[in-house]
Amino acid sequence: MTDRTRFIPDRLQSPLERHLKSWESLLILVAVAVFIANSFASPYFLNAWNLSDATFNFTEKAMIALAMALLIISGEIDLSVASIIALASTAMGAAVQFGVDTPGLVLIGLGVGLICGAFNGFLVTVMGLPSIVVTIGTMSLFRGISYIMLGDQAYRGYPPDFAFFGQGYVFWVISFEFVLFAILAVIHAILLHKTNFGRAVYAIGNNPTGALFSGIRVARVKFILFLLAGLMAGIAAICLTSRLGSTRPSIAFGWELEIVTMVVLGGVSILGGSGSILGVVIAAFVMGLVTFGLGLLNVPGIVMSIVIGALLISVIALPRLWQTWRG
Amino acid sequence: MLKRLLMSREALLAGAILLLLAVISTRFPAFVTPQNLGNVFNDTSPLILLAIGQMIVILTKCIDLSVAANLALTGMFVAMLNVAMPGLPVPIIITIAISLGAVLGMVNGILVWKLAIPPIVVTLGTMTIFRGLIFVISDGKWVNSHEIGDGFKAFTRATFLGLPTMSWIAILAVLLFSIVMARTTLGRAFHAAGGNPHAATYAGIDVGRTQFWAFTISGALAGLTGYLWVSRYAVAYVDLAGGFELDVVAACVIGGVAIMGGIGTVMGAMLGALFLGVIKNALPVVDISPFWQLAISGGAIIIAVALNAQANREKGRIILKRAEHAT
Repeated sequence: MTDRTRFIPDRLQSPLERHLKSWESLLILVAVAVFIANSFASPYFLNAWNLSDATFNFTEKAMIALAMALLIISGEIDLSVASIIALASTAMGAAVQFGVDTPGLVLIGLGVGLICGAFNGFLVTVMGLPSIVVTIGTMSLFRGISYIMLGDQAYRGYPPDFAFFGQGYVFWVISFEFVLFAILAVIHAILLHKTNFGRAVYAIGNNPTGALFSGIRVARVKFILFLLAGLMAGIAAICLTSRLGSTRPSIAFGWELEIVTMVVLGGVSILGGSGSILGVVIAAFVMGLVTFGLGLLNVPGIVMSIVIGALLISVIALPRLWQTWRG
Repeated sequence: MLKRLLMSREALLAGAILLLLAVISTRFPAFVTPQNLGNVFNDTSPLILLAIGQMIVILTKCIDLSVAANLALTGMFVAMLNVAMPGLPVPIIITIAISLGAVLGMVNGILVWKLAIPPIVVTLGTMTIFRGLIFVISDGKWVNSHEIGDGFKAFTRATFLGLPTMSWIAILAVLLFSIVMARTTLGRAFHAAGGNPHAATYAGIDVGRTQFWAFTISGALAGLTGYLWVSRYAVAYVDLAGGFELDVVAACVIGGVAIMGGIGTVMGAMLGALFLGVIKNALPVVDISPFWQLAISGGAIIIAVALNAQANREKGRIILKRAEHAT
């Protein structure tokens, strides 16, 4: 990357100034702007139930984005998360055919997620392979197994009480998924920002060799992060399967891109070492609001993906352009 | 010298392909007739062309995940051009396809070179943007066989010395790029830029510019393949060659191209592509569902990466286990 000369400023920024100029505040501004633009663009936007429905657009992806943020901060990446959803969902669908009940299905979903995460973690930390290729490989492998099991068929017939995870409401318009996402976000925020483990994640992302010399078990931390990503994908698989009520092997296809976009939009450096959970959470809202608003305006899904792709590139490009422009 | 040649990655891979063919021929002798092997090679030609481009990109420590979307966008564009202007001669269409593909590749290259955005992010983004653009230009409609001109379709069907044009183009590309990689300054620069960017910079090689040219070549080959694909299958639609980028990366990795850059040959990329091509064509013959293919590609990527890592592991005294498997 380009070397940037750092000048020592005449006076330090005040804490207030630092907060106001942070990426997170900028994101909040964007979120508010998108919100206002949406409410002007469509009369159907400002409706509690519509807004509640809008959260379903991003809660499942955002759960995975939380774990992905930690992985990317540590300098790794997991492109197989969407395929883990497919495999976990297929496993649950297969179990339904044998009459497994809801608690059993949840255990299977979480278990498959953990096993897939452990497999990625094993290949990266024990075998020492680059995560980017390994997870491109497991991305086809996991989804491929779904295709082998399902072909062009679909699993249906989930038990009625299984529907709660994706369709249930805890209080008025507040969905179970949304509450679950909020809880997971708090857990991840505490894990990353308030624990030794979180500091280790930053240290590894900034300088893996330095972290190793400082006595951090680099391989173990990374392995846990892959497990965590697998677990979150398992949870997302439960919610998504419950919401859709059926499983096809193409389920959650292409989500890895949106999840990585969410994380990068949230201010996490793709090169590792910096980022915050708050940023990722706000980014999730921004993306959810943008896609929901475009949906209300009848913009087709594939055109939205142009917006997301452009968003991904410009979010990284703009600060760099800004820096070049300022000299 | 002879021993080194025999133990080379390419020789081992060629041996593996022959072994695979031998195993198949014990049960299905019809598979190894020259006629059928010619068909297999012709079917694999698009993969060979894209794998050569991808190999060059990976040599420079980058990755191009947008090749399949580039192929589809160019293919759709020339198909629609053919429908709009049926009189346009094939050489002009091919020139347009190569140029458009090269321009799309240059977009990737500029973003990587001038803004130093990680290639994985750039090409994930452009992948969705290109796919979305196909929808925008085609309005989601298919260009069907009867709409495409006969001259447009005849080009890839014409045979010369018993082989179809598409095979000859692949053979020519292999020869051309073997010479370019071994005998030109640019070709050596690709190796140097990925093998040791710092040393390359001191040797007067502009690493960013070299990466830009790698993306341009990859894009141009994708554009050319876009025309060939539409000409051969006589259909163009939004999801054309969907997910093909994974096969392309798999072909490279199987062909011994090191994902960390600097190591790889045109011959290896071709053999990697042929290995996948033989498996793909053999699956229906040995009566395995085509749904297995995704999982097999994924498994092949993981095994090949593991083998590459074993082969390229630095020799010498290891004082401290390497902590960094940077992405």
